[in-house]
Amino acid sequence: MIASVAVPTTTWYLVLAAVLFGVGTVGVLVRRNPLIMLMCVELMLNAVNLTFVALAKKLGDDIGGQTTVFFVLVVAAAEVVVGLGIIVAILRRKPNATADDLAELKG
Amino acid sequence: MQLFVFICAGLMILTGAIGVIVRSHPVHAALSLILTLFGVAVMYVAQEAQFLAAVQVIVYAGAIVVLFLFVIMLLGVDTAEDLRIEPFKLQRKFAMLVGGGVIGLVTIAAISSRDNLALVKPLPSDAVGSVEIASHDGNIRRLARDLFSDHVLAFELTSVLLVVAVVGTVLLARRAPKSPSETTS
Repeated sequence: MIASVAVPTTTWYLVLAAVLFGVGTVGVLVRRNPLIMLMCVELMLNAVNLTFVALAKKLGDDIGGQTTVFFVLVVAAAEVVVGLGIIVAILRRKPNATADDLAELKG
Repeated sequence: MQLFVFICAGLMILTGAIGVIVRSHPVHAALSLILTLFGVAVMYVAQEAQFLAAVQVIVYAGAIVVLFLFVIMLLGVDTAEDLRIEPFKLQRKFAMLVGGGVIGLVTIAAISSRDNLALVKPLPSDAVGSVEIASHDGNIRRLARDLFSDHVLAFELTSVLLVVAVVGTVLLARRAPKSPSETTS
Protein backbone atom coordinates (compact mmCIF):
# COMPACT_ATOMS: atom_id res chain seq x y z
CA MET A 1 0.00 0.00 0.00
CA ILE A 2 1.39 3.35 -1.04
CA ALA A 3 1.10 5.49 2.05
CA SER A 4 3.59 8.16 1.07
CA VAL A 5 1.33 9.72 -1.57
CA ALA A 6 -1.06 12.29 -0.14
CA VAL A 7 -4.36 10.58 0.62
CA PRO A 8 -7.44 12.79 0.67
CA THR A 9 -8.50 13.10 4.28
CA THR A 10 -11.92 13.89 5.64
CA THR A 11 -11.04 17.57 5.75
CA TRP A 12 -10.60 17.62 1.98
CA TYR A 13 -14.09 16.27 1.53
CA LEU A 14 -15.50 18.78 4.00
CA VAL A 15 -13.84 21.67 2.16
CA LEU A 16 -15.11 20.40 -1.19
CA ALA A 17 -18.62 20.14 0.27
CA ALA A 18 -18.31 23.69 1.60
CA VAL A 19 -17.38 24.96 -1.86
CA LEU A 20 -20.28 23.07 -3.42
CA PHE A 21 -22.66 24.51 -0.82
CA GLY A 22 -21.37 28.04 -1.46
CA VAL A 23 -21.81 27.68 -5.22
CA GLY A 24 -25.38 26.49 -4.62
CA THR A 25 -26.04 29.47 -2.35
CA VAL A 26 -24.81 31.90 -4.98
CA GLY A 27 -27.01 30.20 -7.55
CA VAL A 28 -30.14 30.49 -5.42
CA LEU A 29 -29.43 34.15 -4.78
CA VAL A 30 -28.48 35.12 -8.33
CA ARG A 31 -30.63 33.10 -10.71
CA ARG A 32 -34.18 34.21 -11.46
CA ASN A 33 -35.56 31.13 -13.16
CA PRO A 34 -37.42 29.16 -10.45
CA LEU A 35 -36.40 25.83 -12.00
CA ILE A 36 -32.73 26.69 -11.75
CA MET A 37 -33.19 27.95 -8.20
CA LEU A 38 -34.57 24.50 -7.36
CA MET A 39 -31.54 22.88 -9.01
CA CYS A 40 -29.26 25.02 -6.86
CA VAL A 41 -31.09 23.82 -3.76
CA GLU A 42 -30.29 20.29 -4.95
CA LEU A 43 -26.62 21.29 -5.15
CA MET A 44 -26.73 22.45 -1.53
CA LEU A 45 -28.43 19.23 -0.42
CA ASN A 46 -25.73 17.21 -2.16
CA ALA A 47 -23.03 19.19 -0.40
CA VAL A 48 -24.56 18.34 2.97
CA ASN A 49 -24.92 14.69 1.96
CA LEU A 50 -21.25 14.59 1.05
CA THR A 51 -20.39 15.94 4.48
CA PHE A 52 -22.51 13.29 6.18
CA VAL A 53 -20.93 10.46 4.20
CA ALA A 54 -17.39 11.72 4.78
CA LEU A 55 -17.95 11.95 8.52
CA ALA A 56 -19.67 8.54 8.63
CA LYS A 57 -16.53 7.07 7.06
CA LYS A 58 -14.31 8.95 9.49
CA LEU A 59 -16.24 7.80 12.54
CA GLY A 60 -15.58 4.18 11.63
CA ASP A 61 -18.31 1.71 12.36
CA ASP A 62 -20.98 4.39 12.80
CA ILE A 63 -23.31 4.13 9.83
CA GLY A 64 -25.82 6.67 11.13
CA GLY A 65 -24.51 9.28 8.71
CA GLN A 66 -25.39 7.14 5.74
CA THR A 67 -28.85 6.51 7.18
CA THR A 68 -29.32 10.27 7.43
CA VAL A 69 -28.26 10.70 3.81
CA PHE A 70 -30.85 8.09 2.86
CA PHE A 71 -33.58 10.11 4.54
CA VAL A 72 -32.31 13.32 2.99
CA LEU A 73 -32.56 11.68 -0.43
CA VAL A 74 -36.19 10.72 0.23
CA VAL A 75 -37.09 14.19 1.46
CA ALA A 76 -35.26 15.77 -1.49
CA ALA A 77 -37.27 13.66 -3.90
CA ALA A 78 -40.52 14.72 -2.24
CA GLU A 79 -39.37 18.34 -2.19
CA VAL A 80 -38.59 18.31 -5.90
CA VAL A 81 -41.95 16.77 -6.72
CA VAL A 82 -43.89 19.37 -4.75
CA GLY A 83 -41.67 22.23 -5.94
CA LEU A 84 -42.04 21.27 -9.58
CA GLY A 85 -45.80 20.94 -9.09
CA ILE A 86 -45.95 24.49 -7.77
CA ILE A 87 -43.73 25.75 -10.59
CA VAL A 88 -45.90 24.03 -13.19
CA ALA A 89 -49.00 25.63 -11.66
CA ILE A 90 -47.34 29.06 -11.70
CA LEU A 91 -45.87 28.84 -15.18
CA ARG A 92 -49.19 27.70 -16.60
CA ARG A 93 -50.76 30.96 -15.52
CA LYS A 94 -47.76 33.15 -16.30
CA PRO A 95 -45.52 31.74 -19.00
CA ASN A 96 -41.86 32.60 -18.59
CA ALA A 97 -42.35 34.01 -15.11
CA THR A 98 -39.21 34.70 -13.14
CA ALA A 99 -38.90 34.82 -9.40
CA ASP A 100 -39.34 38.59 -9.52
CA ASP A 101 -42.73 38.35 -11.21
CA LEU A 102 -44.18 36.32 -8.37
CA ALA A 103 -45.00 39.24 -6.12
CA GLU A 104 -48.77 38.93 -6.04
CA LEU A 105 -48.87 38.45 -2.30
CA LYS A 106 -46.86 41.58 -1.69
CA GLY A 107 -48.99 43.96 0.34
CA MET B 1 -4.92 6.51 -6.66
CA GLN B 2 -7.33 7.88 -4.07
CA LEU B 3 -5.93 11.32 -4.74
CA PHE B 4 -6.52 10.87 -8.47
CA VAL B 5 -10.12 9.80 -7.88
CA PHE B 6 -10.67 12.72 -5.52
CA ILE B 7 -9.29 15.26 -7.99
CA CYS B 8 -11.26 13.89 -10.93
CA ALA B 9 -14.53 13.68 -9.00
CA GLY B 10 -13.94 17.07 -7.42
CA LEU B 11 -13.39 18.62 -10.84
CA MET B 12 -16.60 16.98 -12.07
CA ILE B 13 -18.53 18.33 -9.09
CA LEU B 14 -17.21 21.86 -9.34
CA THR B 15 -17.51 22.05 -13.14
CA GLY B 16 -21.09 20.88 -12.95
CA ALA B 17 -21.96 23.22 -10.09
CA ILE B 18 -20.50 26.24 -11.87
CA GLY B 19 -22.30 25.12 -15.00
CA VAL B 20 -25.65 25.05 -13.20
CA ILE B 21 -25.34 28.66 -12.11
CA VAL B 22 -23.79 30.19 -15.24
CA ARG B 23 -25.51 28.41 -18.13
CA SER B 24 -28.39 30.53 -19.31
CA HIS B 25 -30.27 27.65 -20.93
CA PRO B 26 -32.25 25.54 -18.40
CA VAL B 27 -31.56 22.29 -20.27
CA HIS B 28 -27.83 22.91 -20.14
CA ALA B 29 -28.11 23.67 -16.44
CA ALA B 30 -29.94 20.38 -15.85
CA LEU B 31 -27.25 18.47 -17.74
CA SER B 32 -24.56 20.19 -15.68
CA LEU B 33 -26.46 19.09 -12.59
CA ILE B 34 -26.14 15.48 -13.79
CA LEU B 35 -22.36 15.94 -13.98
CA THR B 36 -22.29 17.15 -10.39
CA LEU B 37 -24.51 14.31 -9.19
CA PHE B 38 -22.28 11.71 -10.84
CA GLY B 39 -19.25 13.30 -9.23
CA VAL B 40 -20.91 13.08 -5.83
CA ALA B 41 -21.73 9.41 -6.55
CA VAL B 42 -18.04 8.77 -7.24
CA MET B 43 -17.22 10.44 -3.94
CA TYR B 44 -19.70 8.15 -2.19
CA VAL B 45 -17.96 5.08 -3.62
CA ALA B 46 -14.62 6.49 -2.49
CA GLN B 47 -16.12 6.90 0.98
CA GLU B 48 -17.38 3.30 1.11
CA ALA B 49 -21.04 4.19 0.72
CA GLN B 50 -21.78 1.97 -2.26
CA PHE B 51 -25.51 1.71 -1.68
CA LEU B 52 -25.90 5.47 -1.47
CA ALA B 53 -23.88 5.86 -4.68
CA ALA B 54 -26.29 3.57 -6.49
CA VAL B 55 -29.28 5.37 -5.01
CA GLN B 56 -27.73 8.69 -5.96
CA VAL B 57 -27.43 7.68 -9.60
CA ILE B 58 -30.86 6.07 -9.77
CA VAL B 59 -32.89 8.60 -7.80
CA TYR B 60 -31.09 11.85 -8.53
CA ALA B 61 -29.65 11.43 -12.00
CA GLY B 62 -32.30 8.98 -13.10
CA ALA B 63 -35.47 10.41 -11.64
CA ILE B 64 -35.08 13.94 -10.36
CA VAL B 65 -33.14 15.37 -13.30
CA VAL B 66 -35.48 13.61 -15.73
CA LEU B 67 -38.35 15.26 -13.88
CA PHE B 68 -36.65 18.62 -14.29
CA LEU B 69 -36.15 17.98 -18.01
CA PHE B 70 -39.78 16.90 -18.40
CA VAL B 71 -40.99 20.10 -16.79
CA ILE B 72 -38.60 22.25 -18.84
CA MET B 73 -39.64 20.70 -22.11
CA LEU B 74 -43.35 20.20 -21.45
CA LEU B 75 -43.85 23.77 -20.30
CA GLY B 76 -41.75 25.17 -23.10
CA VAL B 77 -39.64 27.27 -20.79
CA ASP B 78 -36.51 26.10 -22.57
CA THR B 79 -35.65 29.58 -23.72
CA ALA B 80 -32.34 31.04 -22.71
CA GLU B 81 -32.54 33.52 -19.90
CA ASP B 82 -30.82 36.85 -20.29
CA LEU B 83 -28.22 36.71 -17.57
CA ARG B 84 -27.26 40.35 -17.93
CA ILE B 85 -30.47 41.53 -16.28
CA GLU B 86 -29.77 42.32 -12.67
CA PRO B 87 -33.07 43.16 -10.98
CA PHE B 88 -31.58 44.73 -7.90
CA LYS B 89 -28.47 46.81 -7.74
CA LEU B 90 -25.62 45.01 -5.97
CA GLN B 91 -27.52 41.73 -5.99
CA ARG B 92 -24.67 39.85 -7.66
CA LYS B 93 -22.06 41.37 -5.40
CA PHE B 94 -24.14 40.64 -2.32
CA ALA B 95 -24.67 37.05 -3.47
CA MET B 96 -20.96 36.63 -4.08
CA LEU B 97 -20.29 38.01 -0.62
CA VAL B 98 -22.74 35.60 1.01
CA GLY B 99 -21.44 32.64 -1.00
CA GLY B 100 -17.83 33.49 -0.34
CA GLY B 101 -18.62 33.99 3.33
CA VAL B 102 -20.27 30.57 3.55
CA ILE B 103 -17.36 28.90 1.79
CA GLY B 104 -14.81 30.73 3.92
CA LEU B 105 -16.51 30.09 7.24
CA VAL B 106 -17.15 26.39 6.65
CA THR B 107 -13.65 25.91 5.27
CA ILE B 108 -12.12 27.55 8.32
CA ALA B 109 -14.31 25.41 10.57
CA ALA B 110 -13.33 22.23 8.73
CA ILE B 111 -9.64 23.02 8.79
CA SER B 112 -9.61 24.08 12.42
CA SER B 113 -11.41 20.88 13.43
CA ARG B 114 -8.78 18.82 11.63
CA ASP B 115 -6.90 18.09 14.83
CA ASN B 116 -10.05 16.89 16.58
CA LEU B 117 -10.83 14.63 13.65
CA ALA B 118 -7.34 13.17 13.84
CA LEU B 119 -8.05 12.06 17.39
CA VAL B 120 -10.99 9.92 16.25
CA LYS B 121 -10.06 6.27 16.24
CA PRO B 122 -9.32 5.02 12.73
CA LEU B 123 -11.47 2.51 10.95
CA PRO B 124 -10.92 -1.01 12.20
CA SER B 125 -10.81 -2.06 8.57
CA ASP B 126 -7.67 -0.03 7.98
CA ALA B 127 -5.60 -2.65 9.74
CA VAL B 128 -6.17 -5.76 7.68
CA GLY B 129 -7.02 -5.96 3.99
CA SER B 130 -9.40 -8.90 4.33
CA VAL B 131 -11.48 -7.11 6.93
CA GLU B 132 -11.71 -4.19 4.55
CA ILE B 133 -13.28 -6.39 1.91
CA ALA B 134 -15.72 -7.77 4.47
CA SER B 135 -16.80 -4.28 5.43
CA HIS B 136 -17.25 -3.46 1.73
CA ASP B 137 -19.71 -6.31 1.43
CA GLY B 138 -21.43 -5.30 4.60
CA ASN B 139 -22.37 -1.77 3.58
CA ILE B 140 -25.94 -2.54 2.55
CA ARG B 141 -26.35 -5.00 5.40
CA ARG B 142 -25.19 -2.50 8.00
CA LEU B 143 -27.31 0.25 6.51
CA ALA B 144 -30.37 -1.99 6.48
CA ARG B 145 -29.81 -3.08 10.07
CA ASP B 146 -29.53 0.53 11.18
CA LEU B 147 -32.50 1.62 9.10
CA PHE B 148 -34.90 -1.11 10.15
CA SER B 149 -33.98 -1.22 13.82
CA ASP B 150 -33.12 2.23 15.10
CA HIS B 151 -34.92 4.32 12.50
CA VAL B 152 -37.87 2.15 11.61
CA LEU B 153 -40.44 4.75 12.67
CA ALA B 154 -38.77 7.44 10.55
CA PHE B 155 -38.63 4.99 7.68
CA GLU B 156 -42.35 4.37 7.90
CA LEU B 157 -43.00 8.09 8.15
CA THR B 158 -41.16 8.65 4.86
CA SER B 159 -43.82 6.56 3.16
CA VAL B 160 -46.45 8.91 4.56
CA LEU B 161 -44.36 11.84 3.31
CA LEU B 162 -44.14 10.40 -0.19
CA VAL B 163 -47.88 9.73 -0.36
CA VAL B 164 -48.63 13.27 0.80
CA ALA B 165 -46.21 14.66 -1.79
CA VAL B 166 -47.76 12.65 -4.61
CA VAL B 167 -51.33 13.61 -3.67
CA GLY B 168 -50.38 17.25 -3.26
CA THR B 169 -48.63 17.35 -6.62
CA VAL B 170 -51.59 15.80 -8.39
CA LEU B 171 -53.84 18.43 -6.82
CA LEU B 172 -51.45 21.23 -7.79
CA ALA B 173 -50.76 20.16 -11.34
CA ARG B 174 -54.26 19.07 -12.29
CA ARG B 175 -56.22 21.49 -14.39
CA ALA B 176 -59.34 22.63 -12.58
CA PRO B 177 -62.38 20.87 -14.02
CA LYS B 178 -64.82 23.01 -15.89
CA SER B 179 -67.70 22.95 -13.43
CA PRO B 180 -70.77 25.15 -13.45
CA SER B 181 -69.82 26.57 -10.07
CA GLU B 182 -66.70 28.07 -11.66
CA THR B 183 -68.73 30.80 -13.37
CA THR B 184 -70.19 31.98 -10.08
CA SER B 185 -66.89 32.08 -8.22
